[in-house]
Amino acid sequence: MNISKLKKNQILINGTVLDPFNETEKKADVHIENGKIKQIGKISAPKNSEVVECDNLMITHGFFDAHVHFREPGGEDKEDLNSGSLAALAGGFTGVCAMPNTDPPIDTPELTRYIINRSEECPINIFPIGAVTKSQKGKEITEMGAMINEGAIAFSDDGVPIGDAKVMQNALDYSSMFDIPIINHAEDECLKCDGVMHMGKVSTNLGLPSSPGITESSMVHRDLEIAVHAGARLHVPHVSSFRSVEHIKALKKKSEKISAEVTAHHLFFTDEDLVSYNTNLKVAPPIRSKKDKKALIEAVKSGTIDCIATDHAPHTIEEKEGTFDIAPFGMIGLESCFGAVNKILVHDNKMDLISLIKRLTVNPRKVMKMDQDLFKLGSNAEIAIFDPDLEWSFSSENIFSKSHNSPFINQRLKGRVKATIVKGHIARLD
Amino acid sequence: MKHIHLLGLKDYPGEDIQTIIDTAYKFKEILNRPIKKVPSLKGKTIVNLFFENSTRTRISFELAQKRLSADTVNFSASTSSLKKGESFKDTVQNIESMKIDAAVMRHPTPGSPLQLTNYIDAVVINAGDGTHEHPTQAILDMMSLHEKFGYLKGLKIAIIGDIMHSRVALSNIYGLKTMGAEVTLCGPSTLIPKYAEDLGVKISYNVDEVIEWADALNVLRIQRERMQGGLLPSVREYRDLFGITNERMLKHKKEIVVMHPGPVNRGVEIDSSVVDSDQAIILDQVLNGVASRMSILYLLLGGKPAEESD
Repeated sequence: MNISKLKKNQILINGTVLDPFNETEKKADVHIENGKIKQIGKISAPKNSEVVECDNLMITHGFFDAHVHFREPGGEDKEDLNSGSLAALAGGFTGVCAMPNTDPPIDTPELTRYIINRSEECPINIFPIGAVTKSQKGKEITEMGAMINEGAIAFSDDGVPIGDAKVMQNALDYSSMFDIPIINHAEDECLKCDGVMHMGKVSTNLGLPSSPGITESSMVHRDLEIAVHAGARLHVPHVSSFRSVEHIKALKKKSEKISAEVTAHHLFFTDEDLVSYNTNLKVAPPIRSKKDKKALIEAVKSGTIDCIATDHAPHTIEEKEGTFDIAPFGMIGLESCFGAVNKILVHDNKMDLISLIKRLTVNPRKVMKMDQDLFKLGSNAEIAIFDPDLEWSFSSENIFSKSHNSPFINQRLKGRVKATIVKGHIARLD
Repeated sequence: MKHIHLLGLKDYPGEDIQTIIDTAYKFKEILNRPIKKVPSLKGKTIVNLFFENSTRTRISFELAQKRLSADTVNFSASTSSLKKGESFKDTVQNIESMKIDAAVMRHPTPGSPLQLTNYIDAVVINAGDGTHEHPTQAILDMMSLHEKFGYLKGLKIAIIGDIMHSRVALSNIYGLKTMGAEVTLCGPSTLIPKYAEDLGVKISYNVDEVIEWADALNVLRIQRERMQGGLLPSVREYRDLFGITNERMLKHKKEIVVMHPGPVNRGVEIDSSVVDSDQAIILDQVLNGVASRMSILYLLLGGKPAEESD
């Protein structure tokens, strides 16, 4: 990956501009002047401008990931905000929301400010999600108002489910004042017990402790009920089970403030892929059955699930080389995301490309109440340039994260990001 | 032998299971001689990696190795110390670098023997991986059944007790199904995996019906921790519903073979009088364990099957 500063006049020529906000697709050039969108259309390049050839490539909004773990502060051996940013650039992402389960967790306005300040030094836009409860202990809610003032855009105890329904109700009631989303990692810890994978035929064969889909869906249902009751904004992260999809579909009819995301890996893999005991496939919530995967694909197509996220969760090789019970939950996902979801949804399941791109751009930005019209003239250029049809094999060399815990290594993907433009720079791949 | 390692009996070829059993009979003859040692594995080095406590399996393997004249090294560690310090990979690679031919491993984590094959070049034999498989136990169980009945195909075998947490059950199911036997699982519904029927077995909650149906019962140990975990209300209730009690056996007046992989909780899952009765082949299983493990080590470390060596 080669990152360079944009020239004063930068022209992207001969590409297809896919605008997911206005839902248009046309052959056009893009003129970026001083890092801002100057013009989209047929452009005669001014003198001293630099041209980027985009033949057979699509030009669209920079992708936005509502769910990453960049491990800073406290876990810099796995990832930091800068290395995470490089992984994002390699995947076409220009904005990400960083989960607060760091060490210490982001549970005060001061720590929120730290992330905002560090983010300014990074090559992409990083938005801090604050903790719902102090130290993510699930008991007392944090100073949400002050954290929002410092730049928090949502609240989550991700990694740790909020087990106490009353605490969840307090959090949703309180956050409704500010109308920003609460994101709860929904896995009932009593039902999960020592489960390390989805309960089904495969877990029986492998002899691994497992937890069924209801571990998630019962808590998702609880959260949805409380959110509707509170009139609060709820974003359901990494939906994994078909029952959760049913609940989300039903309760979305009662409130417009409910949204949901699915990860690339829950769309791509099934529990049958765990027969090799590959610890890189150990994630929470677990990769589930074919039936669940099918329901997730349908839900993301129909819009019941609003957006695609990566849940990029770096862990060191040493940790992942432990036995299956000891290895931590989580996989990285920024670099492989587009090729994976484009293959599954567009190529294998006939979703139209613009709908997929909306779920990577406009929809997650809408969930986080951010500007969604990135091609408005005068906007800061945040652009992803990709080849929609290129078939390729994902490998270690495509990883820019500090960690390499990816089960996508050696998987055939379809569609590849070629360049990412953000914060006045262009990152070119291969 | 189709596979280099013995990791489990899922998809393990039936002809290889039969070869192991046939060869085990030859070794059993040796075990009954006054001098019980043969030079078959002279010069081979085998390490016994025990990451979890074991008495009978470890002794059975060690004895099998000594009877075959192999050199053996024993390693045992609690996993808690591994969690803190050296990783699993580092530990086993250190041992591998000491030039060994085979590793026999007991480990509390399912799948760890498969992981081990990624880290070392030696032949790996699974001596029990958590709640997953215990293939050598299943082979000695099948050998004992084969010895008793003369065949395995069509036998009706009931496995009774805590199926969920049992590596013995899963390996027996795979092995017996491959060999053409019928298997019924019987135990409390909290201790039978929800998707167990997908393994091609029947499930029953009525132990009396199962006794009427079966040619042999394989009775599993009930651990007291299961009561604390809330999976069982009490020993009394378990014994009433599923115990292989003296009264129950008398009531059925049926010729039936009773097996148990040990260690036996007398008075919990099975009564003393049944353990000590003529129907029980529990001590034969122990001797067959040594013979089966000799056979497995011999065949996987380069020996020829029994019929050819005649």
